[in-house]
Amino acid sequence: MGTETDASISRQEVIYRHSGAVRVTHWVNVFCLLVLLMSGLQIFNAHPALYIGSKSTFDDPVMAMRPMRHGEEIMGITTLLGWNFDTTGVFGLVVAPDGDYEIRGFPWTVTLPGYRDLAMGRRWHFFFAWLFVINGLAYLIYSFASGHIARDLAPKGRELRHIGSSIWEHIRLRFPHGEEAKRYNVLQKLAYLFVVVLLLPLMLATGLTMSPGMDAAFPFLLDVFGGRQSARTIHFITSSAIVLFVIVHLVMVLISGVWNNLRSMVTGRYVIKLPEGQS
Amino acid sequence: MSGKWALDRRRFLTRGLALAGATLLGGCDELSEQPWVRRILDKAEILTHASQRALLSPTALAREYSEADISADFMANGSTNPDDAAYKALAANGFADWRLKVGGLVEQPLELSLADLRAMPARTQITRHDCVEGWSCIGKWTGVPLKALLDKARLKPSARYVVFYCADDLGETGTEDGKYYESVGLPDAFHPQTILAYEMNGAPLPIPHGAPLRLRVERQLGYKMAKYVMRIGAVDKIASIRRGHGGFWEDRGYEWYAGI
Repeated sequence: MGTETDASISRQEVIYRHSGAVRVTHWVNVFCLLVLLMSGLQIFNAHPALYIGSKSTFDDPVMAMRPMRHGEEIMGITTLLGWNFDTTGVFGLVVAPDGDYEIRGFPWTVTLPGYRDLAMGRRWHFFFAWLFVINGLAYLIYSFASGHIARDLAPKGRELRHIGSSIWEHIRLRFPHGEEAKRYNVLQKLAYLFVVVLLLPLMLATGLTMSPGMDAAFPFLLDVFGGRQSARTIHFITSSAIVLFVIVHLVMVLISGVWNNLRSMVTGRYVIKLPEGQS
Repeated sequence: MSGKWALDRRRFLTRGLALAGATLLGGCDELSEQPWVRRILDKAEILTHASQRALLSPTALAREYSEADISADFMANGSTNPDDAAYKALAANGFADWRLKVGGLVEQPLELSLADLRAMPARTQITRHDCVEGWSCIGKWTGVPLKALLDKARLKPSARYVVFYCADDLGETGTEDGKYYESVGLPDAFHPQTILAYEMNGAPLPIPHGAPLRLRVERQLGYKMAKYVMRIGAVDKIASIRRGHGGFWEDRGYEWYAGI
């Protein structure tokens, strides 16, 4: 069914794909995650190194972006699991707006504010963390109550059994048409579920574990994530996973009909092309 | 009707996209400097502070660690050797002439030497020091519970905050404004883990870590843990001290309730 040629498509049907609640929470979430990412990188830059466990082992970070002397020159070196990479100009030693080199983790182009201001970065981060939590709760309550999760996101047993062919179709960039396009594909379902019920809540939980106050109120947080520094590292890795998801998501939106996809997430309406004789 | 609605919606969307675009492209920095943006962002601080008060009971303890967890390389941040003649003279003499003054809204003002403090009840705790920058170190601290000191000085009923005045001029202004100071509310002042430490890892507190005396407020961030404490004052409000936010870093944009 997913292999009809364009010539066989003669009719189209407009379906109402995304409810108002899903559309509004989607775009609020987009804005929150963008601000949280950029202000988060500002906060990370205050000490651009990550560790495992309760405390910082300054001589042995699992990841760090820092300047290092190499002969006469200073280079920006990114250390990852004991390996050193020359990232001069990008990480560790970056190019400032005035063209000079500046010692900092991530460059000014991706932090909020662009200049170094940890206090302001924290203000942005915590404001949008609240908005993210309120928006996320509204989405989850709506999605469970309305059956959105069970109906649209939970994969069916039959879909999971045919996941192999679905992966193969995706690799060949062939997307479902007709009736099948009315539902999320099994890979879509799994990706969205993974982000919604695992990655985003994990961001919140690891973020709270970095708070000495919350650690005193809920000491189990430290045990769940293996200490404050591990929580900070998981927070960073999870945010990277979300960035990766967004990149794949955007590529998929672009190549599977960008205007149709965008319209459906703005107005709710999605056009399905139906082959001859199908209704 | 529906045409007008569509137009309004389109305008709304266009403006939304324009705002998002402006935020993306360098507009961020200008936004961060707008007073109205700061006012809106500060609204969340009220929510965060209230949540902390609601979730964190006055008796909840910060985790205590074992000897094996103690950091070999505890980072000394902020001032590490106060450039102050009076302080240097005290340090040269091993702080034998140093006296901690306790005053303000108390019935019994005090002046205590290190020996006096050592003769008082002591608490030893191995705790994690969380810097606002993101790193953590674990150290063992021994000192007088602040509660013991306040009980001795007897707070007047009007006292609401305890303020710690320090020897170091972290702001390097050469005036009172640059001098480090901190303050805590009464729940934190009387918390069992709030101590004035004169020992670190079993030895007299080293100068980089705040000799002769530093505050430990274990459920808050590192900048609350004032080093080089010279004087303690009980007050009814912090708004009239220095720039009015209750601490050196608080006066420079950081949160007074430093639980997150």
